Amino acid sequence: MTTVFGIPLGLIQAQAFNGLQQGMLLALISAGLTIIYGALGVLNLAHGALYVVGAYAGYLTYAQTGSFLLAIPAAAAASLLAGFVMERLVVRFYYDRPDEDQILVTFGLGIILVEAVRAIFGGQSQNTPTPDWGQGASSLGFLMFPFPWYKIETIAISAALLLAFYLVLYKTKLGLVVRAGIEDAGMVNLLGINVYRIFLIVFGLGAMAAGLAGIINSPITAPTPDVGGRYLVLSFVVIVIGGVGSFPGAVLGGIVAGEIMTLTSLFNPSYSEVMLFAVMALILLLRPQGFFGQAGRA
Amino acid sequence: MMQGGPKSISRRTLLGTGAMLGVAAAGLRPAWSADESPIGTFPAGTQGDSVFFGLGCESTGPYSAQGGDMLKGYELAIKHLNENNGLITSITGASKPGILGKKVTYQNADTASNPNNAVQAFSRFISQNKAIMISGSVSSAVAIAAQKLGDREKVIYLAGISGSNETTGVDCQRYGFRACHFAYTAAAALAPVLAKELGTTRKVAYLVPDYTYGRTVLASMKKFTEAKGWKTVTEQLCPLGSTDYSSYLLNMMASGADTLVNICFGADAVNSTKQAAQFGALKQMKLVMPYAAPFFANEVGPDIMEGVYGTTEFWWTLEDHNDKAKQFVTEFNKAYNYKPEWGAHIAYLQTALYARAVEKAGTFRPVEVIKEYEKGEKIDTTIGEVYWRASDHQLVRPVYVIKGKAKKDMKSKDDYYDIVATVPGEQVMPPEGELGCKLGSYT
Repeated sequence: MTTVFGIPLGLIQAQAFNGLQQGMLLALISAGLTIIYGALGVLNLAHGALYVVGAYAGYLTYAQTGSFLLAIPAAAAASLLAGFVMERLVVRFYYDRPDEDQILVTFGLGIILVEAVRAIFGGQSQNTPTPDWGQGASSLGFLMFPFPWYKIETIAISAALLLAFYLVLYKTKLGLVVRAGIEDAGMVNLLGINVYRIFLIVFGLGAMAAGLAGIINSPITAPTPDVGGRYLVLSFVVIVIGGVGSFPGAVLGGIVAGEIMTLTSLFNPSYSEVMLFAVMALILLLRPQGFFGQAGRA
Repeated sequence: MMQGGPKSISRRTLLGTGAMLGVAAAGLRPAWSADESPIGTFPAGTQGDSVFFGLGCESTGPYSAQGGDMLKGYELAIKHLNENNGLITSITGASKPGILGKKVTYQNADTASNPNNAVQAFSRFISQNKAIMISGSVSSAVAIAAQKLGDREKVIYLAGISGSNETTGVDCQRYGFRACHFAYTAAAALAPVLAKELGTTRKVAYLVPDYTYGRTVLASMKKFTEAKGWKTVTEQLCPLGSTDYSSYLLNMMASGADTLVNICFGADAVNSTKQAAQFGALKQMKLVMPYAAPFFANEVGPDIMEGVYGTTEFWWTLEDHNDKAKQFVTEFNKAYNYKPEWGAHIAYLQTALYARAVEKAGTFRPVEVIKEYEKGEKIDTTIGEVYWRASDHQLVRPVYVIKGKAKKDMKSKDDYYDIVATVPGEQVMPPEGELGCKLGSYT
């Protein structure tokens, strides 16, 4: 068996594939975060909580109907609605406030959402079983170990959702306005387009991305009220690496982050996250705008 | 001036003797009167008709389910104390409601398994509420930090769930007490059962949360299983609160191990085990949970749990063997609609044993209470006869080795485990001093 640095090549391949799966999930969450930050300039610290909202809405639907395929749109609807409500009732009053105020208010909203979930469901994790079409594992003909089918399918689902996201952003008029808003919201406003309506939609879309990630990942990581916290932190790292406000940056950054974590675990698993933060620090030093971000952007 | 009369005493002599006796009496203290000098929150915390317990049970973080269960155990114990309930008084020996007639009040702070939060919360309980006792932990890191605080502030701290050897080992404290089983005793009790049931030539992969609890369970399990002939092939350390264990699982599957010892606790145990099942790792490796968390079986389900060996501090089927256990399970189930897990049990037990020590000492003053603990008297409890070891403040108590039941063998929806062995405490306790405990001073 061929080895690289003493590690079997097959294991390296398996971890690289694993990194792709984790990375796609992070890409989805981060895509949502990056468009919110890019367009609205708001650092959405409730993003992890929106993941949790999606996960629990999906879990409830799954428990009631037994259909995972129904749970996915349910999660999307719940997180979209949560995003709309948050934006209309609270966040939109903070667009002109300093960054610290925006951070605090989204942080507070996140706590409210998480504690509401905890009050309703309790702290125990909820069992979201793997759907029937996701049972079993396969080595796909080239992997050293069988990889769970469901995880392979999440790569496909995440890719499809990211593609849909891409089509909305780059092929529709709405997407054009959103991207223009990311570049220069003030100018868009001056051009007579109701940029605040756009902000509402962007916030909702970003929230929906997090919620979809929540339900997709639920069979892998059981939903608890606190599960979103870690993804919040990781998605921030991803958008720093990929470039704030950049959709391709979020995708590439997510995949890169996933690969860093899994490949580092080949050498020393306790350093997986350390390595990711080290890379983020390096990027901030050498290329602060990230892979695709624009230099000088706030 | 006094006249005549046989042996009459002059006024001067009387006054002088009287003065001398008075001075002597002030200096001498009769043996039966206790030292009442202030220490810690005594006597400030015992003025009035109530005393305050400061609790630190997690309600957020990966251990929040266990913390919630533990808090209910404390609440039930405190309710029983205040109502003079027969179950708790059979352990405490109290005749009046409360402890020494004083009502018990309490408050809980969410530590989120973070030692800094715990220290802040307990400090507040001590300085603002004059807590006479602080208790509660699911994370050993919290227990160790809180114990140190208790020792500094001279307030007794009772660990909740704490599996690390260090809590009554190198980090033991005069003002800290641990009643649950822990890494050393769990491994010592489990290893013979594993060797007998699974064989002596196994290759083991360890999944270890990277903090004091994980590392000491790893060390103890290695010690006892390698002595039986098992070979450790890989140790995967993961951060507390990890969500995706696929990288660790892939490494473990590549190592050629045939046994997976999962030291993770709480939500981490659930996620890592479910993911192991998804990867088919559990077809390749036999799962062992050396320190099974409350609700673990409940959350992963009997399909995964079947045939899994582990240890636990308490399981509700003990009610068939012990009257006090039966009463505890019944009362808890009545109050909270589910059968208590071991977080609740250890909370109840620690509270009852504390109340007993105070009642026997006749005072809340911590020095006397600690000395009462250290007498090491045999106490009859929900888990049979137990006693405190004075040299490290560890309760000598049984360890229960459990095996997961097949779904078809479950007689009720909570019937997840068979208790395959009840190992007496003396058989598995570390020799005194082996874990490096040096208790500090009383004052």
